[in-house]
Amino acid sequence: MLALDTSTPACSVALVQIPDAAPRPGAMRPLASPQVVDARRHGELLSPLMRDTLAEAGVKPADLAGVVVGLGPGPFTSLRVGIVTAATFAAALGLTCHGVCSLDGIGAVTSGRTGVVTDARRREVFWAGYADGERIAGPAVDRPGRAAELLRADGVDVVVGPGLALYPDVFPNVVAAGAGAGVAAAQYPDPAVLAALAAPDLLAGRAPAPLTPIYLRRPDVAEPHPAKAVTG
Amino acid sequence: MTRPAPNGTASGTPVPRTPVSRTPAPLVLGIETSCDETGVGLVRDGVLLADALASSVDEHARYGGVIPEIAARAHLEAMVPTIERALATAGAKASDIDAVAVTAGPGLAGALLVGVAAAKAYALALGVPLYGIHHLAAHVAVDTLEHGPLPSPSVALLVSGGHSSLLLVEDLAAAPVVSLGATVDDAAGEAYDKVARLLGMPFPGGPPIDRAARDGTPTIPFPRGKAGDGTFDFSFSGLKTAVARWVEARRRAGEPVPVADVAASFQEAVVDVLTAKAVAAARTHGVDTLVIGGGVAANSRLRVLAAERCEAAGITLRVPRPGLCTDNGAMVAALGSLKAAAGVAPSPLDLPASSTLPLGA
Ligand SMILES: [Zn+2]
Repeated sequence: MLALDTSTPACSVALVQIPDAAPRPGAMRPLASPQVVDARRHGELLSPLMRDTLAEAGVKPADLAGVVVGLGPGPFTSLRVGIVTAATFAAALGLTCHGVCSLDGIGAVTSGRTGVVTDARRREVFWAGYADGERIAGPAVDRPGRAAELLRADGVDVVVGPGLALYPDVFPNVVAAGAGAGVAAAQYPDPAVLAALAAPDLLAGRAPAPLTPIYLRRPDVAEPHPAKAVTG
Repeated sequence: MTRPAPNGTASGTPVPRTPVSRTPAPLVLGIETSCDETGVGLVRDGVLLADALASSVDEHARYGGVIPEIAARAHLEAMVPTIERALATAGAKASDIDAVAVTAGPGLAGALLVGVAAAKAYALALGVPLYGIHHLAAHVAVDTLEHGPLPSPSVALLVSGGHSSLLLVEDLAAAPVVSLGATVDDAAGEAYDKVARLLGMPFPGGPPIDRAARDGTPTIPFPRGKAGDGTFDFSFSGLKTAVARWVEARRRAGEPVPVADVAASFQEAVVDVLTAKAVAAARTHGVDTLVIGGGVAANSRLRVLAAERCEAAGITLRVPRPGLCTDNGAMVAALGSLKAAAGVAPSPLDLPASSTLPLGA
């Protein structure tokens, strides 16, 4: 199974061998899981990264059983690169492509009540809340302060993910509690975790849901005013 | 002379055709997403086998222009279904594809990126070469699907909502297309959109203005920007302003606006400059073939005037059918097919999408 995520500045790929029974998200060791961090170049980096990952593992595209992709939330442009790449790659091979909320790529391997925050730009964060790896709130986009408030309301006292470093003052609880946060969560969504989450559907031969990107924001457009006079 | 039947087959029974030694021409998939159309074409050996299109134009109409983020979202949704539709039309499987071509630019950055990412993924999955294509060169190449190989050199006039260019074309597959001139401000199609809005017509403005103009007379002497300035550049911004001034003066005076005449006069000003400069470019470069492409090539008055002026100048005019003039995947597959046949080196998998891709790239 090939899994990828482009919902953050990281461009992440994982090649995983799915065992016969559905694996626990944290228990699956990928054959390869390269990651390149460059927020503006997903479109250039992703396909070569997939090519090299397959080549180094000696796996041909035709050997794959399925494709998994993080659906976001994330910046629109990089998110689309990942989703269209996964969808088209799968279609060319006649494989199914399974979409998973990208935040689950961090949250599914946490324990206790944990929040995941990533950078949504414009001084906002994408966030979700987890109870022992199960998503109980979100995904949503909010101001960091509001996200912290909503997470606290869900009993969350530990926050992980790349949004943390951006707003250390908003999520200060983590600094103290971080060491006891159970499984050390990856900084960026881990596609191997996404693959484990999609594995039950793949193993059961269930048709995946349509790949709907989790944008959480509308396009920034306004309807035009009536034609303005150019004279007088 | 009779050929001995192979394997002792009795004469009279149909002889199975022995495989010809030359390999069949490559089947090329072309993907175009530079603006609001998701286009996927399939071409083999200069023959168009499929041309599937999904357009988000209706989603943009209420904004009076193409909104890049809406276009990019629509491309993502349409990509796989449009590829599948093209394959079904051609009766082909993904595994039959020998090469993938994609518009690498110029165009809307976010929109281009969706097509380029899809093309790379397809090429990678199938282990076939990828060709990054220049959008304008593809607009010229699409004519070879209808009218065969293009004489070298030729001049091409490309007019649409996004571009107004005069190009010198030599070897489409191997040599970069040379720009002779381009608009210095608005594209011709953009001027159509703005004038249409002024006259209360829907977006895109080309078809309604063309229709209205048929009932009008081009009596209003709107300016011909950059006409006779010795360059092959265009300018449509002054024309657009002049039309707006004229219409507003009428409205202020409480007089009715003769919509058909305004449309006809505006259209005449546009196509007069376009065709005059195209013919002049062909003459200057000693070229006897003019190709017209782009969405505005569907304009009826442009076709008529270009035909008249080319005939008078002894120039052969080639205009693809309207469906091939607008942005589509067929044009990208057509140029990809020429490149593959010519043995041009493929593009690397880290090919960037470039909103300002220069012609020489
Ligand atoms: Zn075009």
